[in-house]
Amino acid sequence: MTGTELLTGAPSTVQALAVIGLVFLEAIILYVGYGTVEEAVGPAVLDRLAGR
Amino acid sequence: MIESILSVELLGLGPELIALFVAFGFMVGVFFGFFGMGGSFLVTPALLILGYSAPVAIGSSMAFVFGTAVIATMKHHDAGQVDYRLGALMFVGITLGIELGSRLVFGLEVLGIANVVVGVAYVLLLAAIGVLFTRSALQTDEGDGDGAGDEEAGSEDDDVPAIARRIQSYNLPPMMTLADGSKASLWTISGVGGGVGLVSGFLGVGGGFVRMPAIYYVIGTSLAAAVGTSLFGGLMSGAVGAFTYGRAGVIDMGVVTALLVGSALGARIGSSATAYVNEDDVTIYFGIMLLVASAAVGISELSAWLGIPILDQLSFLLLVGSALLVCSMILYHGALAVRRTRGVPE
Repeated sequence: MTGTELLTGAPSTVQALAVIGLVFLEAIILYVGYGTVEEAVGPAVLDRLAGR
Repeated sequence: MIESILSVELLGLGPELIALFVAFGFMVGVFFGFFGMGGSFLVTPALLILGYSAPVAIGSSMAFVFGTAVIATMKHHDAGQVDYRLGALMFVGITLGIELGSRLVFGLEVLGIANVVVGVAYVLLLAAIGVLFTRSALQTDEGDGDGAGDEEAGSEDDDVPAIARRIQSYNLPPMMTLADGSKASLWTISGVGGGVGLVSGFLGVGGGFVRMPAIYYVIGTSLAAAVGTSLFGGLMSGAVGAFTYGRAGVIDMGVVTALLVGSALGARIGSSATAYVNEDDVTIYFGIMLLVASAAVGISELSAWLGIPILDQLSFLLLVGSALLVCSMILYHGALAVRRTRGVPE
């Protein structure tokens, strides 16, 4: 599974750029997603760790 | 019911493999976020042990390093710890070095000694950097007594190692101004970039374990800036590696995605931990991990040489075990530091 099966027949350079684009997109989504979670539960987790 | 859950495949992987990759990714993410390195030298051997072919293991590892470096760089960018100019200047040297390093490997392959030379070089380099970190941590321990843990790393100048300040004192034009206002010769920056690239291309790794110490000890930035800038370098060399292997169609996006889900969280926690944990508290563990990794790679080479597969498994266990220990130490010291700095006085 390369994630670029839909690009079968496309030049290898396009497929490679698609892989990089896909990984970049995943990274951004995960960064934003976990960022939202951190904002929501981070202070509570820190308070819990601090024993407050 | 459980059987039907276990038989479901997501991302082309079974649930147990997904769980393994997410957990492994988390651990690597913590290293990336905290130390600015620690990706491919853990992921590639793990994938090889799990039965992936070398091109798939290296290509997927490169793509994963790129993704994790994107996440960790963004986190360090928020804290103003990335010197983009320095990273971009180094990139030219890194790219040339990678090219030179890979040509060297192909040349050695023609002579039939590539595997032995690369294996020995890897073991020696990991050991040397491991010794450097461990010794530096021990000296710091002796040097500052019980002062560790409650300061924010002192002034920027104090944070730059003496050897780097000495190198910076040589005026070899053109001199470039770094983000913290200090100056470094373009020749030093290019030399470090070229050297790091050479190691990356020669060993087939991201090179963070060389890049971060090189930025810190030779170019001379604060440790935080060295970590952030090294991550940016990892982002660029990861992109180049992912592109090269992506062209060959050998990147397994299922593996990359599962690893990224874990590492994105780990990198966040690792980066946040830098604000609480004094690096000196955990640097020694990282040095020891590099020494154990050196032994593990040595054992793996022996395994291939002697044809004893159990040695390969021992090597993998050593690698994962030491990584797990260091990751736990970062989280443990992080929790202690949070309790110390934010806790209610009794």
